[in-house]
Amino acid sequence: MAGTAVRGRLNTWQTATIGPVTDETARVRTLRLEVPDWPGPSDGQHRAGQHVDIRLTADDGYQAERAYSIASAPGEPLAITVERLDDGEVSPYLTQEARTGDQLEVRGPIGGYFVWEPGSGSGGPLLLAAGGSGVVPLRAILRERSRAGSSVPVRLLYSSRSWEDVIYASEFGLPPGGVEVIYTLTRSQPRMWQGYARRVDDAMLAEVAWPAALASPGQPLAYVCGPTSFVESVAAGLVKLGYPAGRVKTARFGATGG
Amino acid sequence: MSPVSRGFRRKREAAPADRVPPGQYVTKDFPVLSAGPTPHTPLSQWSFSITGGSETKTWTWEEFRALPAETLTTDIHCVTRWSKLDTTWEGVSLDVLLAAVDYDARYVLAFSDGGYTTNMPVADLLGGKAWVAFGYGGGPLGAEHGGPARLLVPHLYFWKSAKWVRGLRLREADGPGFWENYGYHIYGDPWREQRYAGD
Repeated sequence: MAGTAVRGRLNTWQTATIGPVTDETARVRTLRLEVPDWPGPSDGQHRAGQHVDIRLTADDGYQAERAYSIASAPGEPLAITVERLDDGEVSPYLTQEARTGDQLEVRGPIGGYFVWEPGSGSGGPLLLAAGGSGVVPLRAILRERSRAGSSVPVRLLYSSRSWEDVIYASEFGLPPGGVEVIYTLTRSQPRMWQGYARRVDDAMLAEVAWPAALASPGQPLAYVCGPTSFVESVAAGLVKLGYPAGRVKTARFGATGG
Repeated sequence: MSPVSRGFRRKREAAPADRVPPGQYVTKDFPVLSAGPTPHTPLSQWSFSITGGSETKTWTWEEFRALPAETLTTDIHCVTRWSKLDTTWEGVSLDVLLAAVDYDARYVLAFSDGGYTTNMPVADLLGGKAWVAFGYGGGPLGAEHGGPARLLVPHLYFWKSAKWVRGLRLREADGPGFWENYGYHIYGDPWREQRYAGD
């Protein structure tokens, strides 16, 4: 659905108060953001897959802005999940310094292409492929699927360096019916690990991805999010498997910024 | 007035204000942002076309590469807030390409492999401000960065510099392209921070 990236009165920065924070891993934290005027169901609430812009202001007036994927489903309290980049400026603050009650500014929701709504994809199953913290907008999609009572079949292929780096591990440990979570751990694996233990490659995609020509319930739709190298190789692999380019939506981030 | 985020401090060196637009930070990497898979059109099937003038003008890859090219160094600014300074490109000026066409349209829609489009006034492509670039950093332009050739319009946010560009459609009226349809600014001047519709 085409539309405004930033809707109506939210086309300005809003003051947000940090609510409860949850440490997902040693480097990753989820922060609830309480925004008094955040749009609700009747006035353009966010869609799963969108992001927000975050602005921090120092006491000397210095400001820094970054974009973060929304981790919560539409209708849930707004939350972002942030991975710390050690040479970053904003992510170390959000993951180490910020605490409940602190204030920042938020603008959004933003983005209209990398989004999923019940009915997106005309009934075909979803393939979600995540590299590292690229899982965040895909988690919002999974939560929205549950919230909306959708029964669309989903496979999430999630690549992490190690089990300790897996974000949302407890939530994904009990996926709802119709959702399969397939992990690959690229750098180290727990003892007795039965899952994949390498970077996503064409052979793995051929095993995990829904067949491109699936006639029923419909053609699969893929959402791929992660670092550039991950997205490049997964998206190219899906095209090789016969996925039309228009059925592969990507969102990428460089190992930069933070 | 923005609220102070308790405990937040500058960690990066101050960006030169005459080089870096408001809200941007400098990166030394070259991040990649695309909505879908990277297309790989063989050069034998590649062409660049300008349509909407008195007649359609098309260059094959060989014809395009035989045009006079320039090497330039410029700064680029992505709407996702990174700026990259002193990037070096090789490309054909849009002054050269548009001079081959007879037209009086005031706007263009650039179109790319993969279906991407973006819009801008013709005036923003003329006067040594825009190129169809095929080289980056002294080598060929990599596919993930838009190769074999991309539009380069560095005075606008970088989504206007369409990757995998295959041509321009000249037209009388302006209208949104791909990201503009999803709410990004119709013009996209980084110095006026025109990120989203209404900015």
